[in-house]
Amino acid sequence: MKLLATTVMAFAVSATSVLAQGTCAAGKTLSEGQLTIATGNPAYYPWVMDDAPESGEGFEAAVAYAIADKMGFSADQVTWVRTSFDEAIQPGAKNFDFNMQQYSITPEREEMVDFSLPYYTAAMAVLTTQTVIDAGATATLDSLAGLKWGAVATTTAIPMLNDVIQPTSDPLLYNDNADVNAAIMAGQIDAALYDLPTALYLSAVVVEGGALLGQFPPTQSERPDQFGLLMEDGSALKDCVDAAISELTESGELAAIEAKWLAEATGVPVIE
Amino acid sequence: MAETSSPTRTDARTADAPTRREAYEAGVRRRANRIALISTVSVVLAIVLLVPLAPGWEAVQRAFFNGRVFAATFVGLLDAFLLNVMIFAWSAPLIALTGLVIALCRDARAPALFPLRLFGIVYTDIFRGLPVVLVIYIIGFGIPGLGLPRPWNSPYIWGTLALVLVYSAYVAEVIRSGIDSIHQSQRSAAASLGLSDRDTMRFVVLPQAIRNVVPANMNLFIALQKDVALLSFIGPVEIFRQAGVYKSLYANFTPYVGAALIFLALTIPATRYADYLMNKQNRARS
Repeated sequence: MKLLATTVMAFAVSATSVLAQGTCAAGKTLSEGQLTIATGNPAYYPWVMDDAPESGEGFEAAVAYAIADKMGFSADQVTWVRTSFDEAIQPGAKNFDFNMQQYSITPEREEMVDFSLPYYTAAMAVLTTQTVIDAGATATLDSLAGLKWGAVATTTAIPMLNDVIQPTSDPLLYNDNADVNAAIMAGQIDAALYDLPTALYLSAVVVEGGALLGQFPPTQSERPDQFGLLMEDGSALKDCVDAAISELTESGELAAIEAKWLAEATGVPVIE
Repeated sequence: MAETSSPTRTDARTADAPTRREAYEAGVRRRANRIALISTVSVVLAIVLLVPLAPGWEAVQRAFFNGRVFAATFVGLLDAFLLNVMIFAWSAPLIALTGLVIALCRDARAPALFPLRLFGIVYTDIFRGLPVVLVIYIIGFGIPGLGLPRPWNSPYIWGTLALVLVYSAYVAEVIRSGIDSIHQSQRSAAASLGLSDRDTMRFVVLPQAIRNVVPANMNLFIALQKDVALLSFIGPVEIFRQAGVYKSLYANFTPYVGAALIFLALTIPATRYADYLMNKQNRARS
């Protein structure tokens, strides 16, 4: 019965004006014929340019439109909403089909929500200031452990900080990037751990005298930081999204988007 | 009725047995207790039985009351709570002292001391009017940003200052109301005994005023215990921040419930103690 209803509905949908839409996502989205994508508030560079995901500018915005395209949604069928991390994981009905704001896939989180296949694997990078480097900080674990650390409290940088760097004094944790930067500029912390693209942007544009001390490439890590789309637990859309992402990965389109929007990071020394 | 009542009353007076009135009142009380018990039990039962019937209950339970996550995070939360207790322990005396000084400023009566009085008014107006979070940000990031060297730019120092500024404004107002509650005749009596203005304040007004406002100040300190968590905005990893970290790692809100339980374990006894003080004071007055 249910199968019949789904088939009829899918048929009805594809038979009407929405011919371009693939059958996979039909009837599974929040509102029919529309794909609702959530991002952060604000959404940060270089993931979304100028906090305007509708433009398709920025890595995540571009990936979002590419995925939507593979799922059969044209650009004007995509609706953007904004959520915090907490709204994304709350129990109950969600106001998005999938949520895209650099969510790291972890087994613990996967018990509560669904993640798509990864669309990006992030290196972690150490953001600091020229003053700290001049004072003798180097890209070695010994030197890093002696620094005063900060990080954004909602990120997977914290387990990395505690397990790999093992700083001698307790790290200070903050609500968002802006607060971490304020603490760096106030000299309250020496360094902060970010994903590499964010760190590159912050050091170049936001933090006065900012510099990157080094990076932890994902290949070194036992649990590399992989970003996935977050969906409601047991989301019916997961298979369609995963199919779209693997199609983008295999065709090389994803790599092309990455090359276009995420800066080349070969100049950042690797921390062994 | 009339013929039975008078011998009973006589018996009661002689044998010290309960009077009919007392017996009647005891009956009313028993009945009230019975009704209260039945109503409480039925409300609790309704909640316990009906809430799980809601379609989303399982999801809510998994997100907020997750035993596995609770067990994995509770010890870490307790650890972080030590920091709350420490911040509270060094903030509270500073707040009490500053609050007293500001209250005395506002009560300065000599014309030459008017600037002090003005300062007291402006201080309480500003710091009672500002959101605590804003004060913590401005002072916690702003002052260290001026270029102080470590360790003088520590968020602990400046965060504590922010708490002291805001809470001492509240405490000052409470103490001032206590000072105002002491009747003018007390000051006149002290003056007629030859006490100076300062001695009048020190030995006559303040001892009574402070005693009057102890319960009100207890409430403020219970509120402070919770607002210590706001210091996490500028870096310190106290219990609320630690719960936030766990929440993010497990994508689960249970750590906040754990933090709430730890808070309650401290604030409920404190609230009861404040109630006890207030009752004691009321009894002493009546």
